[in-house]
Amino acid sequence: MDDKTSVKAIISDAAAEDITRIEELAYELKIREVMTTQAHTIRLDTKMADVLELMRTQKISGAPVMDQDRVVGIVSTENLIQCLVDQDLESEVNKYMSSNILFARASDPVVEALKLFVNTKVGRLPVIEDNKLVGIITKGDITRGVLKALQRDYKTEELRRYRASHLFEDIESDRTSVILRYIIKPRDFVHGGTASSNIKKALQRLGGTPQITRKVSIAIYEAEMNLVIHTTNGGTIRVEIEPHIISIDAFDDGPGIEDVELALKPGWSTATDEIREMGFGAGMGLVNISRCVDSMKLESSPEIGTRLKMKINLDDGDQGINSDATKK
Amino acid sequence: MNLEEIVTQLQLKRLTNEKDFSQIYAEGGYASDLLSCVMAGAPHHGIWVTLQCHMNVIAVAQLLELSGVIITEGAMPDEATIARANDENINLLLSSENTFTIVGKLWELGIRN
Repeated sequence: MDDKTSVKAIISDAAAEDITRIEELAYELKIREVMTTQAHTIRLDTKMADVLELMRTQKISGAPVMDQDRVVGIVSTENLIQCLVDQDLESEVNKYMSSNILFARASDPVVEALKLFVNTKVGRLPVIEDNKLVGIITKGDITRGVLKALQRDYKTEELRRYRASHLFEDIESDRTSVILRYIIKPRDFVHGGTASSNIKKALQRLGGTPQITRKVSIAIYEAEMNLVIHTTNGGTIRVEIEPHIISIDAFDDGPGIEDVELALKPGWSTATDEIREMGFGAGMGLVNISRCVDSMKLESSPEIGTRLKMKINLDDGDQGINSDATKK
Repeated sequence: MNLEEIVTQLQLKRLTNEKDFSQIYAEGGYASDLLSCVMAGAPHHGIWVTLQCHMNVIAVAQLLELSGVIITEGAMPDEATIARANDENINLLLSSENTFTIVGKLWELGIRN
């Protein structure tokens, strides 16, 4: 009991939480996720002089020694120093390498490698999978891997804190939705993409998953650029977000599409050369949209203009906005 | 591969604000001057090689959350485009070489999809 109280006095609650998270990560992260995959290897008959050169030029402190495709040893700076002391750089690596090798398995949690680092003197472990060398792991790799994972955690937490998804929880109605409207000006290439960018940010705040956010961003970007490029007076994008579905409408008042079927064909575009030079008019806009949405409908007439309606379902898997609340 | 190594190996010029490129990773890449193709094909956190250097490049890079854009053949974006890139935290890099050469070098460095 005394021990526990004294520890508590030194380590704050927040710090204690961090330590626990790192411990958890040591079990969650797999060696495969943090190891260096394109590791340098050394052939058994390599001269120590060449080992020195490799370590110097590649800035590495050790490498596995291979006999065909089998790891037979590890050579490190320590071995190299011994060799330099002996003034024996012409010798082959097998004279100086450590042949008492420990391995790590790619599918094991990082903690297994940590245990070996703590209990032995080794600084690096060859990683094997199906008896083949797939990488190298060092303490540095683990530190980097854990830091990256912590950073990911932090980002997720930030997103959760600032997302506005509680809108759907807090407000009671028979059907709650958020509607966003954007006015798109014709030929305004400077602001082209601003609406999609703003909708993307809104979706992130509403707790949309990265996959949904990406799909919606691509669909709206293409619709937005169509309004910029092709309309007489610009148009409007209306996005309605509900817990299970996002409905997007892009509409304008002309000039309308002559042949709707042709417009949907990949590679078909009516863009001018000037616009093509800027990289638009690939004739892939509507094709991209159809790939990103669950349903789309394109209606157009010269008198009324064009209306593109798109819907994206949020219920595939665990991808909905505010999915925790809506699942109840 | 991080952006720092790419900038050094390909001798690229940084057009946007200095930041720690060693912490930004390029996970795959894509090359095209047609924006719709980029929207459809560029991987998340990838690097995009293009000759386009106008404002809309930033919108595409921002929507796809690209790690960087390499503009080739010395095509210089205007100040407003660079300012927008800085606002949106997009890393713009410039090369005097052509797209084919740059993609070849990236491939050699191990950036493959």
